[in-house]
Amino acid sequence: MRHTISVLVENKPGVLARVAGLFSARGYNISSLAVSETLDPTVSYITMVIEAKDEKVLEQIKKQLNKLIDIITITDFTKKEHVDRELILVKINYSSKSKAKLDSLLDKQVSKIIYSKGDSAIIEVVGEQEPLKQLLVILNEQFGIKELVRSGRIAMG
Amino acid sequence: MIGAQILIECLKREGVEVIFGYPGGQVLPIFDRLYDAEVKFILTRHEQAAAHAADGFARATGKVGVCLATSGPGATNLTTGIANAYMDSIPMIAITGQVKTFLIGNDAFQEADVTGITRPITKHNYLVKDVKDLAKVVREAFYIATSGRPGPVLIDIPSDVQLADTDFIWPETVNIRSYNPTSFGHPGQIKKAAKFIASARKPVIYAGGGVISSDASSELFELAEKIPAPVTWTMMGIGCFPTTHKLSLGMLGMHGTAYANHAIMESDLIIAVGARFDDRVTGRIDAFAPNAKVIHIDIDPSSISKNVRVDIPIVGDAKNILIELNSHIKKSSDTTDWLKTVTGFKRKHPLRYKEGDKIKPQHVIEQIYEATNGEAIITTEVGQNQMWACQWFKYSSPRTFISSGGLGTMGFGFPAAMGAKVGFPDKVVFDIAGDGSIQMNIQELATCVSNKINVKVAILNNGYLGMVRQWQELFYKRRYSQVNITSPDFVKLAESYGAVGIKITNPKDVRPAIDKALAIDNTVFLDFHIEPEENVYPMVPAGEALNRMIEGLA
Repeated sequence: MRHTISVLVENKPGVLARVAGLFSARGYNISSLAVSETLDPTVSYITMVIEAKDEKVLEQIKKQLNKLIDIITITDFTKKEHVDRELILVKINYSSKSKAKLDSLLDKQVSKIIYSKGDSAIIEVVGEQEPLKQLLVILNEQFGIKELVRSGRIAMG
Repeated sequence: MIGAQILIECLKREGVEVIFGYPGGQVLPIFDRLYDAEVKFILTRHEQAAAHAADGFARATGKVGVCLATSGPGATNLTTGIANAYMDSIPMIAITGQVKTFLIGNDAFQEADVTGITRPITKHNYLVKDVKDLAKVVREAFYIATSGRPGPVLIDIPSDVQLADTDFIWPETVNIRSYNPTSFGHPGQIKKAAKFIASARKPVIYAGGGVISSDASSELFELAEKIPAPVTWTMMGIGCFPTTHKLSLGMLGMHGTAYANHAIMESDLIIAVGARFDDRVTGRIDAFAPNAKVIHIDIDPSSISKNVRVDIPIVGDAKNILIELNSHIKKSSDTTDWLKTVTGFKRKHPLRYKEGDKIKPQHVIEQIYEATNGEAIITTEVGQNQMWACQWFKYSSPRTFISSGGLGTMGFGFPAAMGAKVGFPDKVVFDIAGDGSIQMNIQELATCVSNKINVKVAILNNGYLGMVRQWQELFYKRRYSQVNITSPDFVKLAESYGAVGIKITNPKDVRPAIDKALAIDNTVFLDFHIEPEENVYPMVPAGEALNRMIEGLA
């Protein structure tokens, strides 16, 4: 099962390596990872989507993370009310003739064409996992996806 | 003050009496300052030995062990010793030189990414790029190494930082917002544990290294007698409870006593204190203590419910928790029948071996016990020598048995013995070694002789890498692959270093040789030529349940 965890860490060199190293050393899987600064320049915010086969593994991951000296707090969103988003850039096959068809698919709130040139267009999509997944399937079926970049999930409780 | 001087000043204020290490190009400023410093420096003959000696010093004294090496190969040679200390939660500070800050990342001469290499084998590590951070880093490093679950902390200091000048400001207090180890257990959980204990009919106390590192032996003793409950321990827990006490079960696990393993398997309550249910202890995990509830006291939350399901977890310092727990145990539990059963196990499955024409290793260790009145500090290498040392010396107090537990490092015992002897110059320190292991750090004979660190080494010489041979005998149809090991003439070798060597081949000469070694004011190698194919029993084959032991002589 996938779990979203956010980790507040000291903004120091090597902290990300400590977190990533812990996952590889103990055989845990990271599905996505987003790292950014916060309002406080001494603190960074890491959001991770991790795979844990059961509750026991999830507990171990959290406990092991907690042992890293530079980790300040850990929030597990699994059983917590929260919102999460991911941003995706997707390059599709496109020509101006199919603009109307594409427009009908895109919801202006969450997806829009941000660039087009020649036979491609880049679409920005922001949203929760399930609608993102559905939109990608449709885009691929109807236009064909050439390239895809995802920011990784971020969450807030 | 320049960085090197700040470092020495900080070490002094942290109470460091001795540093084990080796000089080199990127630590020249530090060694220049050491030239005038009061702190004692022990020059080893290999950096790995410096780390093990610091580790041995820490285990024997309870203080922080400090080792120092140069960049690149000096630092990488420390890593086995650092990993060893990490696995056994030993407080250690490893200081390494690094190439100048502007050369870092350039593949400079003797450069290695030491903070990168040691990240998974240290509790924490630092690369100090600004001399202004140095004092704070050293202070934090000592705090982290010694608090919570202890462990090694590495400080990597580029040589230009060692030379850079700044005002020395000693931080009076340490405050790390992201690091707050729990030291007192949850009162509700402790009360609940006391209730479980009161209603248990077959309780067993299972004690580990945490009892020793938190100095909780007397509290453990009180708990055992109050219940009363039999006590078994892990290898790291040896010495936490007197072996000769009537409630003692000795060590459990793969080469533990049969009676400890039977008691665990039949118990209805396991009180685990500072132990982590390691695979060498539990045997087949799903068959482990099937009828027992588990109380688990440990400072490290990640140790709890890692391997076995725990009914009452209590996170905190073992000593604090046991004091509190003991105060809730008002009267003894009804364990009379259980203690009778356990005594039956002891009578039915004692530790034993057969005397023969050749020297038996178990006999050697018994004789060392008797010759030293049980008051020696014993260190071990790894393998059969280590297991026999666990089984046949009757330890009675903490910090008298020093052995590589988690990592299982051959070559640990001899330098660790040096460290212990530096900590306790007036105590007898005996390294129980094999002919294989001793050759892994044998160069330290020079360190012993030149510093008059007089340790005694009992080499149980069987011409084999004995434990691997034992596994090949039992599980690989006696196909002895690369386990015949030749050795130098240990007597001549010891003599060439200025130490003393004695070769013993006859069982009747064992005790006189030990007595002679104890009377010699020098390092002594006792080369015992033992029964070559003697095995360590009992033995739980890997992946089997604890009560499926091979008892050998049954």
